[in-house]
Amino acid sequence: MKNNTSILMGGVGGQGIVLASRLLAHVIQAHNHELKISEIHGMAQRGGSVITYVRFGREVFSPLIEPGQADYILAAEKLEAWRWLPYLRRGGTMVCSTQEIKPVPVITGKQEYPKTIMEKMQALAEEGTIGRLYAVNALEIAEKCGQPKAATVALIGVLARSLPFPCESYLAALKAIVPTRHLAANEKTFLAGYNYFTE
Amino acid sequence: MKRVLLSGNEAIARGAYEAGVRFAAAYPGTPSTEVLENIAAYKEIDAHWAINEKVALEEGIGASFAGARGLVAMKHVGLNVAADPLMTFSYTGVNGGVVIVVADDPGMHSSQNEQDSRQYARFAKVPLLEPADSQEAKDFVKIALEISEEYDTPVILRSSTRISHAQSLVALAEREEVSLRPYEKSTKRVMMPAFARPRHVKVEERLGLLGRYAEKAPVNRIEWRDRKTGVICAGICYQNVREALPDASVLKLGMCYPLPVQLIRDFAAGVDRLYVVEELDPFLEEQIKAAGIDICGKEIFPTVGEIHPNLIAEKITGRPLTAPLIAADPETPVPARPPVLCPGCPHRSVFYTLKREKMVVSGDIGCYTLGALSPLEAIDTCICMGASISAGLGFEKGNPEMRGKVVSVIGDSTFFHSGMTGLADVVYNGGSTLTVILDNRTTAMTGHQDNPGTGRTLKGEYTAAIEIAPLCRALGVKRVREVDPYDLKTLREAIREEAKAGEPSVIVSRRACVLLDKSDKGYYEINGEKCTACKACMVLGCPAITAGESGMTIDPSLCAGCGVCVQVCKFNAIKKAGGEDEK
Ligand SMILES: Cc1ncc(C[n+]2csc(CCOP(=O)(O)OP(=O)(O)O)c2C)c(N)n1
Repeated sequence: MKNNTSILMGGVGGQGIVLASRLLAHVIQAHNHELKISEIHGMAQRGGSVITYVRFGREVFSPLIEPGQADYILAAEKLEAWRWLPYLRRGGTMVCSTQEIKPVPVITGKQEYPKTIMEKMQALAEEGTIGRLYAVNALEIAEKCGQPKAATVALIGVLARSLPFPCESYLAALKAIVPTRHLAANEKTFLAGYNYFTE
Repeated sequence: MKRVLLSGNEAIARGAYEAGVRFAAAYPGTPSTEVLENIAAYKEIDAHWAINEKVALEEGIGASFAGARGLVAMKHVGLNVAADPLMTFSYTGVNGGVVIVVADDPGMHSSQNEQDSRQYARFAKVPLLEPADSQEAKDFVKIALEISEEYDTPVILRSSTRISHAQSLVALAEREEVSLRPYEKSTKRVMMPAFARPRHVKVEERLGLLGRYAEKAPVNRIEWRDRKTGVICAGICYQNVREALPDASVLKLGMCYPLPVQLIRDFAAGVDRLYVVEELDPFLEEQIKAAGIDICGKEIFPTVGEIHPNLIAEKITGRPLTAPLIAADPETPVPARPPVLCPGCPHRSVFYTLKREKMVVSGDIGCYTLGALSPLEAIDTCICMGASISAGLGFEKGNPEMRGKVVSVIGDSTFFHSGMTGLADVVYNGGSTLTVILDNRTTAMTGHQDNPGTGRTLKGEYTAAIEIAPLCRALGVKRVREVDPYDLKTLREAIREEAKAGEPSVIVSRRACVLLDKSDKGYYEINGEKCTACKACMVLGCPAITAGESGMTIDPSLCAGCGVCVQVCKFNAIKKAGGEDEK
């Protein structure tokens, strides 16, 4: 019997993945689960892949998530979704932003940004390999809500629909973590994500 | 009791606080840096950044002799730098307890090697504890200090990236004030041959006593489950073993040196097949085998990199727990997203220039090591902190034809850490290499710590700042100049002149790290009519500039406004947004 849940969150340095994991941690703790979070602080401050594992449940041993193990992936950038997709378990949930941020090998023309990521993920979703695929223009949602930097919060909103915690827990976490002057925009962005696929 | 979520490093800091530590010192280094950053918040602890790890440990030794409990922290390679005091501190023993926190980096997430620091415990004959989560990270600090005082020895607390940078729940306790131990003069602390000989005898006796302690130590425990498979493990490997083999019996070691040999024997006798799972060296395995116990370890597990649950399950049960969702698609390879010098990084123009001048670059460790990557590809070597200047001298001594063609490049924090001695040697021994000191006013690589050049301490207090240029002059370098690296022409001229000066020379490339510089310098744009798509600006490797079909574009959200690309463009095609065409 599986007694925990694994969430992998990936993005690009500066996209707020660390904030996202703090939000989730707050929610999970409020519901009294065991919890482990593992972060890899890469070589540089900016521009590299950022990856965080969040695992919670009755009992958690390893803080790691391995290929084929994640119940959920939250990807703040499309290429990162593709990079980490092998880590999803069969039938798992992928929440990803449609935003593209070109990595340096693409900028310098050494490699191409894969063009058919969404098509391929859609095909995998149709055959059931990916259980549920939620692709959203998170940047646009966040911009509309007045805080483009909060795009990852919109993705947390989308993810929250699938997790076993009530909406209020997330709003409480936002209140506890986000500075007051950005709170209103972050709440709005979260709710926009939360309601995105239900409206 | 309510538990809080702490990283391993936060937990170690909390442990120091609760255990009455009075003094703490460290030199930053991933994954150990946050230990001191978090200790800094406790006003009860006098904590600071030391100039390097050797100095940090020596300060810890002094504080201990003076009667205080102390903590010293470093990354694995830092212990190489601190190895000299460690070896003899083992002989003197302590007054106030001392814990030396060492964070290893199996998998080399951010290090130049993956040495196994446990070897230092055996080498120095001091005990070593290894926590498996944040709760233990906190608790083991206190246990380490108690062992330290009880057995008159420094104690190593070994962490690793997956312990230091993983968060888990921790129950907190109050601080226990531990009073200063009285100071009494003793030859026990004067390690000259006559006084050191009896101390070595004590060290050997101590090891025997510690071995007996280990047999009963609560940090070592047997968890009996299914007796078919038994696994000996410690640290993160314990968590990964529990994940991979939930039914196996486990001997969890909290103390990895010296080993509880009898306990291991008892465990071995109770299981059918015995394994040891440890990352990197067969440190436990060799000792267990030397005790005549049959065990399987490195026959099936690698000595390289991390050992994850899937690998453990696969090697021991024959099948991994999970498999990748989809196979890698050879048609759409996933472009890597390597770390890069930031847009506006003041180091960029130096490497651009050194590459164009075709210099052999004796490099060092810091953000600027990224100057080795495409498209700059300007750095020839990276060994250890401080090696740039001394290896640069070695280049010209080894091959006199390289005189004038070699330049040593080193960051400000690295120069203070261990570059000054190399520079003095260049002067002393008639070298002529040019040294470029990349003074970005911070220790950027590890997350912007202060250093002796910044004028601020770990606790954020103002202090005297050591100026690099006068320091170099005082070391005997006659040719020292400061250059703003955003001024490409002046930089190029300085490098050309100083490289062929025929005597020791230093260029201090001085400009604050762009991530610290909060001034708004605007951003630049490409004038599409003038741009010939020659791609000269692409050689800078600035992430803000992209080559498209119809010419270059600059991403305004990334551009830091440094203006270096403007100076590289021959067609005057880059201009400040909202401004006139430049130059
Ligand atoms: C002995 C040792 N200690 C610590 C480190 C970790 N480390 C790598 S580079 C660096 C400092 C770099 O600072 P600086 O020289 O100022 O260069 P910057 O990153 O600011 O460009 C540190 C602390 C190391 N690699 N080796």
